[in-house]
Amino acid sequence: MSKRSNWAIPYLIFLVLFVVLPLVLIVVYALQDGNGNFTLSNVTRFFTDSDALSTFAVSVEVAIENTLICLLLGYPAAYILADKNLNKSAVTVILFILPMWINALMRTLATAELFNVFGFTLGKGTLLFGMVYDYLPFMIYPIYNVLLKMDKSYAEAASDLGATPVQVFGKVTLPLSMPGIFSGILMVFMPTVSTFAISEFLTNNKIKLFGTIIQENINSSMWNYGAALSLIMLVIIGLTTILLGGDEREVEGGTI
Amino acid sequence: MSDKNIIIDIEHLSKSFGDHQVLKDISLYIRKGEFVTLLGPSGCGKTTLLRMIAGFLQPDEGTIMMEWDSKGGKTEFRDVAGIPPHQRPLNTVFQRYALFPHLDVYDNIAFGLKLQGVPKDEIDTRVRKVLKLVSMSDYEDRDVESLSGGQQQRVAIARAIVNRPKVLLLDEPLAALDLKMRQDMQIELKEMHQKLGITFIYVTHDQSEALTLSDTVVVMNEGKIQQIGTPIDIYNEPVNSFVADFIGESNILNGTMVHDRKVNFIGHDFECVDEGFGENNPVDVVIRPEDVYLGYELEGAQFSGTVKSCVFKGVHYEMYVETDSGNELQIQDYDAFEPGRTVQMLIHPDDIQVMKKERVENVIDCKVIDETHIEMFGEEFECAPISGNVESGIPAKARIQFSKVDLMDHEEEGNASGEVWFILYKGNHYHLTVKTESGEYVYVDTNDIWDKGDLVGIKILPEDITVETVDEQEK
Repeated sequence: MSKRSNWAIPYLIFLVLFVVLPLVLIVVYALQDGNGNFTLSNVTRFFTDSDALSTFAVSVEVAIENTLICLLLGYPAAYILADKNLNKSAVTVILFILPMWINALMRTLATAELFNVFGFTLGKGTLLFGMVYDYLPFMIYPIYNVLLKMDKSYAEAASDLGATPVQVFGKVTLPLSMPGIFSGILMVFMPTVSTFAISEFLTNNKIKLFGTIIQENINSSMWNYGAALSLIMLVIIGLTTILLGGDEREVEGGTI
Repeated sequence: MSDKNIIIDIEHLSKSFGDHQVLKDISLYIRKGEFVTLLGPSGCGKTTLLRMIAGFLQPDEGTIMMEWDSKGGKTEFRDVAGIPPHQRPLNTVFQRYALFPHLDVYDNIAFGLKLQGVPKDEIDTRVRKVLKLVSMSDYEDRDVESLSGGQQQRVAIARAIVNRPKVLLLDEPLAALDLKMRQDMQIELKEMHQKLGITFIYVTHDQSEALTLSDTVVVMNEGKIQQIGTPIDIYNEPVNSFVADFIGESNILNGTMVHDRKVNFIGHDFECVDEGFGENNPVDVVIRPEDVYLGYELEGAQFSGTVKSCVFKGVHYEMYVETDSGNELQIQDYDAFEPGRTVQMLIHPDDIQVMKKERVENVIDCKVIDETHIEMFGEEFECAPISGNVESGIPAKARIQFSKVDLMDHEEEGNASGEVWFILYKGNHYHLTVKTESGEYVYVDTNDIWDKGDLVGIKILPEDITVETVDEQEK
């Protein structure tokens, strides 16, 4: 080992302690019964547990809906922010990113309180509102980044070759901003699948999400089943990443 | 339009970005099938002009008229103000190519045709034909980012000409290529122009490229057209010292027009072919380095000098010769002359280009503060006592000789500061254009060596500033 590579040792220790070890623990707990014997029953239990399965389906559905709404709202916002003719000030960009500086739990609590004050019934509508409110900046920022860095001459060349403004967008700007869109989808979809705080506060646990069952199991000391559910979720998130991002290095959107 | 051969007519075009006026009253027409080059240093407005023709920018003032095929099959001439780029009958080759990175070579070239709804098999034939024209057959499936600079350039040209535009706009298309590649592409572009018969409007800052390619060269500087002409006209008969200096190599010298057909410079009288400059009027004289004949013994020699340096340049030798009057001349000859030897020289009347001097002294707008102070370049200057009306705040003009302006190394040493903007060597001194912080120009004659872009302090002695108040001029 050369001297310079020794510098990596603290980080290696950190990684082992806080990333590798917990992951190993999750796997170990997931594959044990309450007495510490090896079993697959925790995993198979999920696939026969209709409550867990339907909660999982609801989670994925809510996550897809949230991602779609964020994309539909976030893309135009990012486009306007990145266009120097429409947005001449950097302050507006900061205003859009600003909510991310405040703890998500605080924002969610405040939102729930607002709904109470105005007398909204808590349910799916308020849940989606809260999710979009929390995750929209994570969609806007990577798309904004890609659009801002995009060479203006691509759009000019398309226009020069006879494309109307709508065609310029559809044939050049949109395809070239795909890396930002993928990045945004990843950053919104993945955390929404595993969230539980938003559903707890904004639906009073009327709607249970996958994260909620994991939390319930762990809280009621069902560590092994909770670990198995976490493992399943990790696999799903991993698969989404591979399907969407492919090679992470190609995702130019950048994160925050 | 009376002349049917005109395809684009530009009249009194002006454009400003903020406070900065980039184009000032540009008028120009372009004939059908012509290869026109807009030539000038960076920041001269040439690209802005091209972008206005393409429709990416709208002029503040003036009109652009263009030949236009209307739907009924009639060809008319119309003002294109407000018409967006995608409706204009022209295509552009962009400086950095702007090939779509998400499409392959074929789809890049087919982009415009697909938008027009051209049938698929016609697209196919046309794309293949144009690929062949730019010598890029077999590359159609390639990813554009895997191509070299020269290949991307060819695809960019193919993508534009496949649409059969009336006019092809090229924005410094060869700037990113290396020298050898650039020379090859110049020849190919010229051939392409002849083969296609399309009007080319070409923007470049490279004067040799402009001379090689063009039918007509439009020399621009500081947002104004300096000269329009054939490459030969521009080279042989530059209208001012900017054009003479920018195009090719030249000796630009101060002279005096003795009378018609006789001019005095470097301390000698020369026969010339120029008339109409008056008698004993100061003029600028341009001598191209290849037009001075040299010999150790030369029959009919007009003056003599000492060879200072001699460098082999491939085809010719480039020499600097100090004349008997102390001027330095750049001379090119096929024969080498030894440094240190005395040589005799001769210039033919035809090879002397006389130009009217654009100015003989600085005349600067200023404001009177009191009897001995004025505000100039946004700063206070002490000046020679002002005669006549000395009311504070009235506008006036300050006259300062070129040689009386001192430039200082440190900006704070002068009354005002500025940047060396343009340098002209005049045989025995430099004529500098300095742009002051207030955006005005002051012209300086100096023997000191400065570089373009140097920041300098501007110092002028009070007795060298002669101020005339405006109502004095009216008398």
